[in-house]
Amino acid sequence: MGVGIDVRGLRAWFGKFEALHDISMHIRPNCATAIIGPSGCGKSTFIRCLNRMHETVPDAGVSGQVLVGQRDIYGNGSSAVEVRRRIGMVFQKPNPFPTMSIYDNVAAGLKLNGVRNRRLVDEAVERSLRSSALWDEVKDVLKKKSGASLSGGQQQRLCIARALAVEPEVLLMDEPASALDPISTSKIEELIFSLKEHYTVVIVTHNMQQAARVADYTGFFLLGSLIEYDETKKIFTTPGDKRTEDYITGRFG
Amino acid sequence: MFHGIVLLCAISVLAILGLIVYELIQNSKLSIDAFGWKFFTRSVWDPVLGEFGALPFVYGTLVSSFLALVLAVPAAVGVAVFITDMAPRFLRFPLSFLVELLAAIPSVIYGLWAIFVLSPLLREYVQPWLAKTFGWTGLFTGPQYGFGMLAAGVILAIMIVPIISSVTREIMEAVPRHQREAALALGATRWEMIRIGVLRNARAGIFGAVILGLGRAIGETMAVTMVIGNRPEIAKSLFAPGYTMASVIANEFSEATDDLYLSALVEVGLALLVVTLLVNTLARLLVWSVTRGTPAASHAQ
Amino acid sequence: MRNKANHLRRNLADAIATSAAALAVIVVLVPLAAIFIYLVIKGIGSLNWAFLTHTPAPVGEQGGGMANAIAGSFMILGLASLIGVPLGIGAGVYVAEYGRSWLSKYIRFTADVLNGVPSIVIGIAVYGLVVMRQGHFSALAGGVALGIMMIPTICRTTEEILLMVPRSVREAAYGLGIPQWRCTVSVTLRTAISGVITGIMLAFARVAGETAPLLFTAFGNQFWNWNPNQPTAALPLQIFTYAISPFEEWHQQAWAGALVLVALIVGTVTLVRVVTRRGMFRGA
Repeated sequence: MGVGIDVRGLRAWFGKFEALHDISMHIRPNCATAIIGPSGCGKSTFIRCLNRMHETVPDAGVSGQVLVGQRDIYGNGSSAVEVRRRIGMVFQKPNPFPTMSIYDNVAAGLKLNGVRNRRLVDEAVERSLRSSALWDEVKDVLKKKSGASLSGGQQQRLCIARALAVEPEVLLMDEPASALDPISTSKIEELIFSLKEHYTVVIVTHNMQQAARVADYTGFFLLGSLIEYDETKKIFTTPGDKRTEDYITGRFG
Repeated sequence: MFHGIVLLCAISVLAILGLIVYELIQNSKLSIDAFGWKFFTRSVWDPVLGEFGALPFVYGTLVSSFLALVLAVPAAVGVAVFITDMAPRFLRFPLSFLVELLAAIPSVIYGLWAIFVLSPLLREYVQPWLAKTFGWTGLFTGPQYGFGMLAAGVILAIMIVPIISSVTREIMEAVPRHQREAALALGATRWEMIRIGVLRNARAGIFGAVILGLGRAIGETMAVTMVIGNRPEIAKSLFAPGYTMASVIANEFSEATDDLYLSALVEVGLALLVVTLLVNTLARLLVWSVTRGTPAASHAQ
Repeated sequence: MRNKANHLRRNLADAIATSAAALAVIVVLVPLAAIFIYLVIKGIGSLNWAFLTHTPAPVGEQGGGMANAIAGSFMILGLASLIGVPLGIGAGVYVAEYGRSWLSKYIRFTADVLNGVPSIVIGIAVYGLVVMRQGHFSALAGGVALGIMMIPTICRTTEEILLMVPRSVREAAYGLGIPQWRCTVSVTLRTAISGVITGIMLAFARVAGETAPLLFTAFGNQFWNWNPNQPTAALPLQIFTYAISPFEEWHQQAWAGALVLVALIVGTVTLVRVVTRRGMFRGA
């Protein structure tokens, strides 16, 4: 089951440049939340703060609180490694491990966690590949084909399966379909609908129609600030802030 | 006109390589005709009788080079991993610079240091310990002079660390960032990220870096000559003196009194050339396969 | 799946790996430090004005120096540069400017191959090409051998540097109606000249320490020699001869010579690296 994420006063910077100013929002469990905004508004930075990937960039820093299921991931007792085990991420450009087979890719996280039992791993691999709607396409070549030999859309679904295999509580998706063709994109969007049931999904997208299609809630970012955050329906039909309205109607960005 | 000049310069590069190969083949003909392939399977090296067999030198080259690899590869890869993905950023330039300094020191100075510092060290501390602990393997028996195959292997190892390390670093840096992120996002520790996100992807290239180091070790002359003992013998023990292909040429070329002797030495040189060419080509192909032929990588020599 | 034992084991593995890698760095840097320290300790004692200005003293006598070897090295390196620099730059310019021709691929490949040829083999080849034909050893032969070794480095660096000059600079020149060759010489090369010079310096530093190719080309000489057609002393050669000799005085001189040689070479490499961040392996 998914958990909620409570963001309180989040600030993030790259060296001297402050990319996020005082973000506060509550992301509801078992929902899909979309983060939209023009290029450079900080949406990727924001999502990367949710699983402590932001700090892997040199000179990058964060302050504030992010509570995932009541525990502050930036708190004293938390380690970045543990946070990332609980929160999965799918990147813009599919990045399966090219030297590993499909099976090994999905099992990678499990192996790291010390799951040795062959049967358990097999089950988890099948379960994850079914959840990411890739099972039928690859079930016969699991160990024969490498992760990189699949098409772009399949690779991305493989990455989703890889992230799901370790049973995270949250799944973060940073523009997961922007590098894919329309058919793969719609497959991924369908996926998000089914994923919502078990996970909390946060998806960054520059495609507003996509946000409107898949997300229950949407947050609009502009120049590092959260301008408006509400039910998707409301954002796209009666936005409260003029800047939101301008963006939605295509006046900029 | 300008085009002509630079074209000439470019062609001269080809010509020079051609000339080198030609000279080597030409001057080794006498020996090749006299001994054929047996040259590389016989062990007798007798200038007086005019009997030449290069097996001891081939053996010495291979053993000293592989010993050097065994010692150098873990150290070099460790250094590369540390500098690329573990060390704090401000340490990168100083550390990589220091490792490169090792490459700038001329071979003869390594030899000088090996004779007067390394050798006594081996003789007094390392060899006794090795004989006591691992003597049963037969690899560490016999008189402990401080000179011999072990000394040659150690000094070679120090000399090839920079090239293996430098190329490995380039390979690791060529692995795209998104692979590291993929591993981190799964909750990998830093070492796990390096293992599955970088090293795994760089495998072929690192192997190439190792082969490059091998190529360098095979052709190394001065430092080895100064500590290997210069005895054309094949012995199991690493304490025993030996001889390498490069060393015999260095030591005996100017003394070679007759044409057959000289020709035999040139043939050894020809064999050395062929082996290094093959090894280096293989290495470059492997490195290129990971870095996709970026200019920097294919320079690594 | 989230058990404490697993976490501990993984953190331990991480710590061990980091320590092992750090240890590797220390293991590698210790010989470096040791070499420099010994060079200074053992060399500084014999390094005096006499060392730099006198020729070797007869065996058994104290004093004397390596002045002829130092001078000889400069002469041989000078000859080497006369061969290596023009050919290297010329080849580099050709490959950079006419890179699309089939010949360029062969040139690049050949330069790489040449770079990997063991220096002693080059010595053998030059022995055949020059020494045998002339009937005697000479500084010229030594210069040819070292010059050949300089070519690949200079060619590669020149090519890389020229390729880095932005297209806009060349196009501006073409736009003004300047023919390609003139553009290369006056515009591109001028922009890239500092890079080309550093390439030359690195090549110079590399061959300055080479001994093997000089063993049977320049051969060495215990006395002054300014005739390029005669056997000539060179610093690395002298160090080698003294180091393997049985005489203690000569050992001391060898250390002093080594100190001088290393100071020059390492000084050059350091200067280049610090000023340009261009290392011996990247672009060289």
